[in-house]
Amino acid sequence: MDQAIRRFFDSDLWFSFTRSPVTIVSAIVAAICILGAVFAPWIAPHNPFDLASLNLIDAFKPPAWTEEGAREYVLGTDDQGRDVLSAIMYGARVSLLVGISATVFATLLGVSLGLLAGYLGGAIDSLLMRICDIQLTFPSILVALLVDGVVRAALPREVHADIALFVVIFAIGISEWPKFARTVRGSTLVERNKEYVQAARVIGVPKARIMVSHVLPNVIGPVLVVATLNLGLAILSEATLSFLGVGVPPTQPSLGTLIRIGNDFLFSGEWWITIFPGVALIAMVLSVNLLGDWLRDALNPKLR
Amino acid sequence: MSNAAPLLEVRNLRVEFPTRRGTLVALDDVSFSISPGEVLGVVGESGAGKSMTGAAIIGLLEPPGRIAKGQILLDGRRIDNLRYEQMRRIRGKEIGAIFQDPLTTLNPLYTVGRQLTETMTTHLPIGPAEARRRAIEWLEMVGIPAAAQRIDSYPHEFSGGMRQRVVIALALCAEPRLIVADEPTTALDVSIQAQVIALLKRLAREKGTAMMLVTHDMGVIAETADRVAVMYAGRVAEIGPVREVVKHANHPYSAGLMASIPPLDRRVERLAQIDGAMPRLSAIPRGCAYNPRCPKVFSRCADERPDLLDAGTTRAACWLYALEAPHG
Amino acid sequence: MADAPPMFEARDLARHFDVSRPLLQRMVAREGRRTLKAVDGISFDIPKGRTLSLVGESGCGKSTVARLAVGLYTPTAGSVRFDGRDLGAARASADQRRRMQMIFQDPYASLNPRWRVKNIVAEPIRAFGLVTTKAEEEMRVAELLTQVGLSPLDGDKFPHEFSGGQRQRISIARALSSNPEFLVCDEPTSALDVSVQAQILNLMKELQQRLGLTFLFISHNLAVVRQVSDRIGVMYLGRLAELAPAESLFRRPRHPYTRALMEAIPDLEMTGRDRIPVGGEVPSPITPPSGCAFHPRCPLAQDRCKRERPEMKSAGGAMVACHAVEEGRDDAMPMPAIARDAA
Repeated sequence: MDQAIRRFFDSDLWFSFTRSPVTIVSAIVAAICILGAVFAPWIAPHNPFDLASLNLIDAFKPPAWTEEGAREYVLGTDDQGRDVLSAIMYGARVSLLVGISATVFATLLGVSLGLLAGYLGGAIDSLLMRICDIQLTFPSILVALLVDGVVRAALPREVHADIALFVVIFAIGISEWPKFARTVRGSTLVERNKEYVQAARVIGVPKARIMVSHVLPNVIGPVLVVATLNLGLAILSEATLSFLGVGVPPTQPSLGTLIRIGNDFLFSGEWWITIFPGVALIAMVLSVNLLGDWLRDALNPKLR
Repeated sequence: MSNAAPLLEVRNLRVEFPTRRGTLVALDDVSFSISPGEVLGVVGESGAGKSMTGAAIIGLLEPPGRIAKGQILLDGRRIDNLRYEQMRRIRGKEIGAIFQDPLTTLNPLYTVGRQLTETMTTHLPIGPAEARRRAIEWLEMVGIPAAAQRIDSYPHEFSGGMRQRVVIALALCAEPRLIVADEPTTALDVSIQAQVIALLKRLAREKGTAMMLVTHDMGVIAETADRVAVMYAGRVAEIGPVREVVKHANHPYSAGLMASIPPLDRRVERLAQIDGAMPRLSAIPRGCAYNPRCPKVFSRCADERPDLLDAGTTRAACWLYALEAPHG
Repeated sequence: MADAPPMFEARDLARHFDVSRPLLQRMVAREGRRTLKAVDGISFDIPKGRTLSLVGESGCGKSTVARLAVGLYTPTAGSVRFDGRDLGAARASADQRRRMQMIFQDPYASLNPRWRVKNIVAEPIRAFGLVTTKAEEEMRVAELLTQVGLSPLDGDKFPHEFSGGQRQRISIARALSSNPEFLVCDEPTSALDVSVQAQILNLMKELQQRLGLTFLFISHNLAVVRQVSDRIGVMYLGRLAELAPAESLFRRPRHPYTRALMEAIPDLEMTGRDRIPVGGEVPSPITPPSGCAFHPRCPLAQDRCKRERPEMKSAGGAMVACHAVEEGRDDAMPMPAIARDAA
């Protein structure tokens, strides 16, 4: 373990990280967003969902540094007197949960199908890739909307409210797997013809074992990059769905929900209710994307 | 031939690659010269620095590699410190380059005729019509059948061997005085290889062009070169007339290298082999770089690095040929 | 010995590949399917403990034969027999599969870069369940690494920590780990430097003597082939041109292509000598010439060579597919210098 840590700090990856100020700043911003979200119940100044602690007298308080602001509410309060900062931290928690889950789901699905298509080839390959082609002609948000709509129509209202979170995760995940499948299929086509795979075939290693233990470890590098870049996109998709009102349930507002709620008050002057969740969303997505960009360049030997 | 003033002179060339783990010395103290009409073969195993020597001469070292010391003189004029634009002009006109993969030299979007005529009109005082006439002549000379018809074909319409011939025509058509050929026949099959070698040899002889031929194939060198330089770990281990180096090498490394080539004319039970492998650039041994593998090693070899010394028929970087008796 | 079945037997072996363009493009261009006859009917056998080499230029089909021999491809026609049994049937049983192994050309692609060397070498041991305990496996891997001239401690490293020659040693250790009797070597030294090539060739010869291995050796290098082979087959465009005992092939090559090939090799002994190389290039195997595939480049070609494909016929201890040899016209083409010097 100790050796592994030392190897990491001696690696080219770490070296290129320390040489890129933008990446370091992104990593810090991403870390703040993620830590703030994960530990929200312990570090947030208020619990915005504890109805007992809410007081309508505190509603529409502007940020602390303005004339009418209260020190207690750093970024002000919303129409129900909830602390905007705390709501952002709790909201980021939901956004991140949906984003990561959807990305993991898309990765698992895409990598498995891509590996199968690339290694087995033939009819399976053609079928899977045509499905990818068709799906890629729609914007992924449309696919997610469609899935969400179908599920809503199919399930009774009460049931839907219970599983709404999973529906969103599924909808976003299913709309994004083709990217993973294509990436993995491409690298699998290269790897499967390499001689180490033939060596395993000569001794009769079963196809499934060759795919998992030989090919998979060699195609997973680019997937990490796509997954990182995709995390930002998934968070944005969730925000879009929630902004349109078809995302997560209003009892668990995400950043997108907060932006939508705040949007109603934007023209009446209470700008902080929508601007601060927006800024938080941008900071989170941008920092994750910049990290993904760096990872792509650092792992690509041609650009080094 | 070798009495004439040298056309190319390389003096104490040192090429470094700065990396984050320190500076790697890829070439160190490399010196040699080539006279007009002479073919110098440069041999060595992968990583010995033979291709890099060629790249340094034509000014195409891959960054971050840079010439840290030494000089390269073409006809007495320094070319190692020229700017990119100036070097580019010299590369087309005075130095022709041939690489292993013809596709890196040919532009896939232009016909071979256009590439040939443009090269000629840029570097020679002739018009397009004359250039086209000469382009056909060149293609005929390098052995492309029906050259007049094929001149308007694109590179992908030629086979591998034919493409390499086009590259040779392209390298020669501006009538350079020096050709740097880096593994020109390695990608080709033996029967084509023989044709290309014969062609290069004939053209060098007829036009009085000097040639630096970089290859790992001793057979090619033996057939084509007048003199040969054997490189090991970024330095010249031995340099001399091809017959001497091939048959009676003085440096233990060249001798071992020649002995390990499987003979075509007989079967031997056990081939002579050199144990171990050439060191990586980051771990070149102190003293003579070959000393850990050398059968004739003695104490001086581990401490001091030998320069090229007079070894009678050739010059060898080996303490066996130091004038004073080996001490210790 | 003479009564025992040969270790390996190929009869009229052929493998064709469909290299047609996609259906839509074919319809637009109005062209039919195209077949690449990579191997087109070759027969040979290898007695136990011997080495047969196939030589030829790129595209002659020699690597396809190597892959047919270990079952990586299935034959389009003809048969392959392994120790008297049909190869397909033999490969269905792990016990028979264990007896054949392959060594590949590119030492940088033949080892999984993500695996430690000890796992690479142990893969066949595990696949065939040759040992029962972890300790036994470790001992066996250490023994194999020592056998190919590496240190048992090297097992913990990854392939990228080794030079090309060392990687090829690891490849050999992996191939030996299932105690095979038949090794297919596809250009095992052509990616290596010459001094390292000598190391690997010596190692392979030593192992063959010690373990009694049977080799099918594929190479484009005639000098290398001469050092290792008992019999040599010269291939041209998917067919055998000549099949002969190694020494007689070099002493008296029969087929005009064999002679041309030998004459084309630049040799150290020929310093400064000019040669007349054979003209032309290897034609595309998708559209091979009619009759004898070598006729457009052959100095002895006559009308019959353009019309009629020559069959392998016995000629003074060798098997040769050439009308000129059959008709006794081959003296018109001079022997290559190597054969002349030997005579």
